[in-house]
Amino acid sequence: MAADPREQALRTALLQRADAWKAAADRARRLTTHRTDDVNDAAKLVDEYRLLAHDLARARRLMPESRARSFLESAYAQAHAALFKPASHPGYALWSLFRDQIPEAVRWLRPHIIWVSLLFVSSVLVGGWLVHTYPELINLFASPDLIATVERGELWTEGLLNVVPSSVLSLQILTNNIVVSLFAYCAGFLFGLGTFYIVGLNGLMLGAIFAFTAQHGLDDELFRFIVAHGCVELSVMVLSGAAGAAVGEALIRPTTPRRGQSFQRAALRTGRVIVACVVLLVGCGFIEGYVSPNPEFPLWTRVIVGVGYWLFMIALLRGWLFGRSRSAVPIEA
Amino acid sequence: MSERSDAALEAPTASTAPDLVVDSATGVEVSLPLAGPGARSYAFVIDWHIRVVLAVAWYVVGALVYNRSWSLGAPLEPDAAWFGLVVLPAAAIYLLYHPALEIAMRGRTPGKRMAHVRIVTHDGAIPSVPAHLIRSVFRLIDSLPVFYGIGLVSAVVTKNHVRIGDLAAGTLLVYDRNDEGVLEHVSATALGTRLDAHTAEVVNELLARWETLDPDVRTRLARSLLTKLQGADRDTLDDAALRTRLRELAGGSRAQ
Repeated sequence: MAADPREQALRTALLQRADAWKAAADRARRLTTHRTDDVNDAAKLVDEYRLLAHDLARARRLMPESRARSFLESAYAQAHAALFKPASHPGYALWSLFRDQIPEAVRWLRPHIIWVSLLFVSSVLVGGWLVHTYPELINLFASPDLIATVERGELWTEGLLNVVPSSVLSLQILTNNIVVSLFAYCAGFLFGLGTFYIVGLNGLMLGAIFAFTAQHGLDDELFRFIVAHGCVELSVMVLSGAAGAAVGEALIRPTTPRRGQSFQRAALRTGRVIVACVVLLVGCGFIEGYVSPNPEFPLWTRVIVGVGYWLFMIALLRGWLFGRSRSAVPIEA
Repeated sequence: MSERSDAALEAPTASTAPDLVVDSATGVEVSLPLAGPGARSYAFVIDWHIRVVLAVAWYVVGALVYNRSWSLGAPLEPDAAWFGLVVLPAAAIYLLYHPALEIAMRGRTPGKRMAHVRIVTHDGAIPSVPAHLIRSVFRLIDSLPVFYGIGLVSAVVTKNHVRIGDLAAGTLLVYDRNDEGVLEHVSATALGTRLDAHTAEVVNELLARWETLDPDVRTRLARSLLTKLQGADRDTLDDAALRTRLRELAGGSRAQ
């Protein structure tokens, strides 16, 4: 140990404040996990934060390998976290998310939405053309069971409710849709290619199956089945694809000096849209479980449900449902 | 904010880990040791077992209640009650374990607590709810192709030992330093009079770990300390007497 008496005295004086450190650490720990309405309590933490900073700076110099220094590092980090913890207003945060943040993120995503929509529509057309021109290619897009059912002149959706109850069907469908939507978003991490693959494949399958059912005179039936839930479901697919594409673009053409930071910004910004997508897919699941397979609903009812839910989606994405004015000034999303 | 490896500033508890160093208003940087793939995997394995046990327990109890017999199998014609009360809650426990607990426990889970790690942002703060959610959503990528392969490789090769979800959410995993206490067994009056700072820490450490140390080792250490501090030979004192002498020297317990 060092023999310098001045340093010895400084070390001793430092350690004599150990009780104050413990009090500061206890307060910091308490205020990190609990709220307080006592201004004095919060003010004391500010004072103790300064005390800890002062003593930690000394401990790092005078006794770098000591347990006291380790304790101070921990207490100081805890006090820092408690002091710089943002205010928590869950209700307001949720309202703000749907009123302002999601609409701004959607506005920011507009170019991506257009491009991904074009990709999706092109894939549908290509899928339809391929199966129309080369009917045997349906084997690439549909299962043998599905093909056999359509070749018998039936849709695989007929009698669905006799096999699975609506509630179960809804849960299965919405879970599957949410996972696909999240995958389309996350796959944007592969420089957007994963997203394009998922969106393109879904488009090809839709076009191919429509063309295949048209060859057997069942396309009207398929449209009848899809229209109630499909308007929003396909829009959400495009929306989550656009979010994934934005994440991919942030990696290809970073908007900040560091690629990782650009990726992080895009992910956090577009993640808000994914919240809206999940909410909308829950609704789609219920429509697909209760309305779409039920033969008692006539076509006009299905069209009203589909278009109505699509308009609801627009209102949600524009923030109108939560009181956002049509002339709201854009804010940074 | 910056991350660096600085031997001179590292804490004894995590001497090999690089630190997340955060600027603060006081001018004294906050230093947080970054957790590596080992601590990450350890925490994950514990959490995985907890969530599997909880989900299976729910399923088993739910299935027994639903079937009203000693059968765990799904009914031949499952209805909404089966999915809503048995399958869905079990799946929710498994799938929402991480986001729900990380938000509720402010960056921790039981596994992370046991591994002494927690999630922070790049400025050392507790991550926001959106950051936690994004981090969890990207588990879909991190868990590919099997056993969190991508996440593990990412944690090994990246500078800050982060997985893709952390990159997306702007989060890091840091060690919670072991802050068991400081000078709990040494009184303020003993400091500076009977004990200097360095010796006080050694005496405190010895008294704090007395029960866990091998009796021969603690006796030898205590004799050596007392001989050095009080001069006289202490060979005749037994284990209990040595502890009493050390306590007297330290001036009693401040913690009690």
